Amino acid sequence: MILAAVLQFVTQTERRMSRQLQQQISFKALDGVVEVKSKFEAEYRRFAFKRNCPGGFQEFYTLLQTIHRIPEVDMLLGYADDHGDLLPINNDDNFNKAISSANPLLRIIITRKEDEPVGFGTNSLQRHKKGLGLTGLRNAGSLSSHSKSKIGLMIGRPQNFRQISSIIDVDILPETHRRVRLHKHGTHKPLGFYIRDGASMRVTPYGVEKVPGVYISRLVRGGLAESTGLLGVNDEILEVNGIDVTGKSLDQVTDMMVANSHNLIVTVKPANQRNNVMHRGSKNTGNSGSFGSNGSTGSALSHDSTGPASQSTPITASNSIVEGDSDEENDDDDDDDDDDDDGDLILESDCLMFYQNHNNMNFTSERLGNTPVVRNLQQSVSMPEYMAANLRAHQNGHQSQTA
Amino acid sequence: MMKFRFRRQGTDPQREKIKQELFAFNKTVEHGFPHQPSALAYDPELQLMAIGTKAGAVKVYGAPGVEFTGLHQDTTAVIQIHFLPGQGRLLSLLDDNTIHLWELTTTAPRQVGGVKRDGGVILQEVGSYSLPGRPGIESCSTTRVTVLLLLRSCDLLCIGTEGGGVFFLDLLNLTLNDSQTLLQDQVTQSLPEDYRCGKSLGPVESLQEHPRQAGKMLIGYSRGLVVLWDLSSRQTDQLFLGKQQLESLVWESSGNLFVSSHSDGGYSVWAVADGSSNTQQPVSSTIPYGPFPCKAINKILWRTTETGSPVLLYSGGMPRASYGDRHCLTIQQDKDHVTLDFTSRVIDFFTVHNVEQHKEFDDPSALVVLLEEELVVIDLQTPGWPSMPTPYLAPLHSSAITCSCHITSVPPKLWERLVSAGKAQQGHEHTSRSWPICGGKNLAPPPKQQELLLTGHEDGTVRFWDASGIALTPLYKLSTANVFHTDCDPCDEPRDPSDDPDMQQEEEWPPFKKVGCFDPYSDDPRLGIQKISLCKYSNKLLVAGTAGQVIVLGLSDECSDHTVDVSVVDLLQDREGFTWKGHDRLEPRLKPAPFPPGFQPQVLVQCMPPASVTAVALHAEWNLIAFGTSHGFGLFDYHRRNAVLARCTLHPNDSLAMEGPLSRVKSLKKSLRQSFRRIRKSRVSGKKRTITTPTSKVQEANAALAEHEEMAPIQRRIEPRSADDSLSGVVRCLCFADTFLRDGTHHGPTLWAGTNSGSVYAYALEVPGVGSGRGAERGVAGETAPCVEAVLGKEIQLMHRAPVVSISVLDGRAKPLPDPYEASQDLSIAPDMSNPHSVLIASEEQLKVFSLPKVSAKTKFKLTAHEGCRVRKVALVSFSSTAQEDYNEYTLVCLTNMGDMHLFNIPGLRPQVRYDCIRKEDISGIASCVFTRNGQGFYLISPSEYERFSLSAKVFTEPLCSVTLERLSRPTLASDGMTAPPQANGTHKNQTGQAEGRAEETPSSLSSPLSDTPLDSPLSCADVTLESTGELTVEDVRDFLTTVDEEENNLKNIQEEEGRPAGILIN
Repeated sequence: MILAAVLQFVTQTERRMSRQLQQQISFKALDGVVEVKSKFEAEYRRFAFKRNCPGGFQEFYTLLQTIHRIPEVDMLLGYADDHGDLLPINNDDNFNKAISSANPLLRIIITRKEDEPVGFGTNSLQRHKKGLGLTGLRNAGSLSSHSKSKIGLMIGRPQNFRQISSIIDVDILPETHRRVRLHKHGTHKPLGFYIRDGASMRVTPYGVEKVPGVYISRLVRGGLAESTGLLGVNDEILEVNGIDVTGKSLDQVTDMMVANSHNLIVTVKPANQRNNVMHRGSKNTGNSGSFGSNGSTGSALSHDSTGPASQSTPITASNSIVEGDSDEENDDDDDDDDDDDDGDLILESDCLMFYQNHNNMNFTSERLGNTPVVRNLQQSVSMPEYMAANLRAHQNGHQSQTA
Repeated sequence: MMKFRFRRQGTDPQREKIKQELFAFNKTVEHGFPHQPSALAYDPELQLMAIGTKAGAVKVYGAPGVEFTGLHQDTTAVIQIHFLPGQGRLLSLLDDNTIHLWELTTTAPRQVGGVKRDGGVILQEVGSYSLPGRPGIESCSTTRVTVLLLLRSCDLLCIGTEGGGVFFLDLLNLTLNDSQTLLQDQVTQSLPEDYRCGKSLGPVESLQEHPRQAGKMLIGYSRGLVVLWDLSSRQTDQLFLGKQQLESLVWESSGNLFVSSHSDGGYSVWAVADGSSNTQQPVSSTIPYGPFPCKAINKILWRTTETGSPVLLYSGGMPRASYGDRHCLTIQQDKDHVTLDFTSRVIDFFTVHNVEQHKEFDDPSALVVLLEEELVVIDLQTPGWPSMPTPYLAPLHSSAITCSCHITSVPPKLWERLVSAGKAQQGHEHTSRSWPICGGKNLAPPPKQQELLLTGHEDGTVRFWDASGIALTPLYKLSTANVFHTDCDPCDEPRDPSDDPDMQQEEEWPPFKKVGCFDPYSDDPRLGIQKISLCKYSNKLLVAGTAGQVIVLGLSDECSDHTVDVSVVDLLQDREGFTWKGHDRLEPRLKPAPFPPGFQPQVLVQCMPPASVTAVALHAEWNLIAFGTSHGFGLFDYHRRNAVLARCTLHPNDSLAMEGPLSRVKSLKKSLRQSFRRIRKSRVSGKKRTITTPTSKVQEANAALAEHEEMAPIQRRIEPRSADDSLSGVVRCLCFADTFLRDGTHHGPTLWAGTNSGSVYAYALEVPGVGSGRGAERGVAGETAPCVEAVLGKEIQLMHRAPVVSISVLDGRAKPLPDPYEASQDLSIAPDMSNPHSVLIASEEQLKVFSLPKVSAKTKFKLTAHEGCRVRKVALVSFSSTAQEDYNEYTLVCLTNMGDMHLFNIPGLRPQVRYDCIRKEDISGIASCVFTRNGQGFYLISPSEYERFSLSAKVFTEPLCSVTLERLSRPTLASDGMTAPPQANGTHKNQTGQAEGRAEETPSSLSSPLSDTPLDSPLSCADVTLESTGELTVEDVRDFLTTVDEEENNLKNIQEEEGRPAGILIN
């Protein structure tokens, strides 16, 4: 189910991008005004601004808040693209994309953040059709040749996707290398690979030398590594999360990988060099530099398919952006921070608050609310293990939402 | 202040300079007994003793504190050492048949960390010589050196060889004096025909110079022939036609007699008479332990005394069948006959006696015996020949070390009481005579403060060592075995049996007397000490062991007969489905037992199940102890004698936790110890006690696991840690802190516990009379007698689930909280309670600072993710600057599994410096490392030796000593460019480092250790908005000054002691 959805999502993205190229040409002819029709709950506002000076997302956000007179409300922005898909606006890039797709009307749908999340993506507007009064936007016979049979399939917001792997930094790595990102969080699949010591041939000024290297020795059937098809047995591991492993022992590399296992980025030199990512040149980038973690645009290839498909066809880089590298790393850091800081589960016992207001109990304390105040040994507070497990499960779920 | 912010690592020259003033890595001195000693020598004029080891080290000892170490370039065993008396030179013979000349030389002062250190005297190799093989015969054993004799004139070295030849080496220029070479053929010619009988005389076994007549020497051959050879005339003066295979020779000081010892366990006295050329029979011949076959007497000494009969000392000679496996040395004088029975092999021995020529008698004052595992000194002038305590070379491993703990700046009162308790312990069994080896002068300034090193041992003892100076001296020994009923009589403390009446009354032949304290055998492995914590202000000691026993002891100067209160705390807490399959708990003694002055047990808490204690914390001010095992942790009020809390940390799926004691780390440590023990057992033959330990099951499991993975031998699985990893419930650290857990305005006692699976539990404690008096607010306390309460406040699950190595709370100025009593008794600067506190949690993979009371991450450093190493030991250390007298910084020191030290500032957690310290293969070394609070540390380099190191540029303890030499002009070496050893930097540690096979230390640069990592690596994780070390302003430090400027020394102590929550450093 998810698998199919992803496939569809990918094709959809590709399709949109090809569209976009066409549009860009046509936009030139239009006058420089974007008409905006925004909807918040039952209210509509219409306004316009100049296309060539749209400002940033944040400006637009506050503008909407002012126009709708909802300065205190946290909102999610979505716009209807020309297929009738409801797509999110949450950063400068997709804002610009939205502007460029305005023809000249830009439909904005505002939802409260705390409301039930909107399902962005294909067909999403159909669900909201009535409320939006948009009919016929969705063209079932769209240009895509694949998606016909999948009509009716819901695709959640990009946040709801679990991106489980991607090839990143295609543009800055040598063609013989591949940088693969495996996202462990949220899945119950094991990472599923083993590494070993080995000898690597390196070309040095003194000729070819044998140096110790670390290799993937085994993929576990059904594991994350195998299912992505991006890693293979006997691939040499060159870097772990950007850190060169040359000179590091097998145990060190193991420790590094385990320590990074929630967001593992391995740079490998694949044993099988036939499936290498091809550089397609760097000019056809209509897109921005945001890729990787938020996954809203298809600059990184997402895989959740089982191996053979991706292995048999050469993987092509749909994108290559030079400044993406540093951004990417920064994103990484942020991601890591988020992961970890959210990740450390902190439980507060209600018992501590017996002299405080009981109103601000969080959900944990609600669960533990009946636990009596502890006076002695026998009654000492300890959370039953199943509760902890529940909490952890909850935590995991939460994480998969935010990651 | 702003200028310190937003600065990238390693770019600030000012910070670099401060770092240089704070940090410097040196291995300074080795404490304990050299591992595998192989040679012994003594210089009676300078009163220096030298010990050579199998690793090729030569260590010279004099008065306590006088120590020199040299290391041969090859790690070849040192077979013999000979001093050039009075010259401060010595010759060493190595196993590879090379002879090396060493010299004590003065070094120039040097710069360390911007401070000039005085140059001391160091031991340097100045030349080497290797006896050439016979022309045409390469590497023939005939020229293998068997014995060396240095003539009194000190210019000629006589070299006895396997082939029976004696060569003469001119020491001035290390050249062979070919004309004097005495080959065996020459000797054989002068032999009577019937003695010659076509056989070789065998290797030269002994060379002894005539005590009165220079130029005459005895040459003893293996076959039994002894020749009195006149060097000047190159003729045999006399032949002694011994028939027994010769082992050693010794002159009587008059030169009229000499004694030979033989392989049949006998010795013979021969008379030297002028004129008679051939002597067939000795004056007397004795086999002291006959008539049944005896083992050889390896070495014999004959010392004359003014009072009467000579003292005869010899090693070996035991009846082969009944006592062939004993390691014995016999002292015999007239009718007094004692067979010293050692627990390890006798390497060599010498006597300290008169060497002045005009004195008629030797009058030996002391016998020094080098054993494989210890040094024993016997007072020969006191009747009964008691043994003498050694001020250094203490056998740390007399029972295997299981844990250690260091106490900085011990209050003088506690020190005195410990010293007197220690004296009372050994007073009756040791002589009061002063240490006989007292050469050299210790120039090191007296220690500014007393430092205590506590070692826990496998036999349930805790030993207190004076670690203030160069020599690690035993102060006091505490045995915990008498708290329990053990197999043997519980009163039977392992004590030096020399005065044991049973032993002496034994009507036994030979008259054995057990000497020495090396006793590797534990009566009961459950007695082993696992954790120690000492409160130096209240003199409370907390000791915890392998069978879940936790003992609280108090210091008392009087003997006491009392019962120890026993409590049992069930840590499983009714958790279903677990059955402990390990050892039973120790059976406590219920009757009153006598406890000698010193630390006396007051309360015994036994954890159930009786798994090994893995963490302890002591807060004497609150009368609380906390202890953790692999199953959970408990809190006990030892004042009211009641358990406050027990919390099970077991994961339901964890079955391995019930298998037996110890975590995986511990079992590795344990198995290492067992392998050490195996080695010892094989060496110390004889006693064939089998040691059954309950770890065997775990080991079996491990073995099975290893087998399982053997299909792909070196494969590592890459998987994140899961919640149900085994042994996840092991409590790794505990700490008490007075901090803000409930809210930002009320602080109070808290208890923190961290587990193997990355869980941290924080409890708010209600201690009557402590904290913000909340009990009164609630109006609950009035009803019942006040007692301590614990309320779970926070539970933190680290995302990465790595074991929590340490937890410590930082005050508002980001300094560690002071120890108990320090704040309340004004012994330290009060912690800052006005600004928010934070808690530093170090896991094996990450270091992280969280704010309090709302636990949110402030800064972190992901060590494993970046470096691929795991945190093993962590300590918060106060570093003083060499440049500014009153500037100091708290730094987090991490020892990793790679054996390197990473230093981080707090709370920024930015890497400061990295040093290679321990070989990464040296797991027991890494596991044994213990830090002091002022930037020093110790780790075991062998079962018997602690290496002392310093990370501080200011605080270090290294030998600084001088020796007055009456040396001739330095011999000019015409030799082959044999140069001084590579490092002449005075810290002999580097050299010995190589001896131990450790990787050579590369000089660590002070630049940022991470500066060479690529920019895009996610290293810049420290939160830049946090206070960096730059925030530790001069104003802060001045504050310190104004508070305590009367006593500068105190200031320093206090700063060093300030605010380390108990338990962080405790091993």
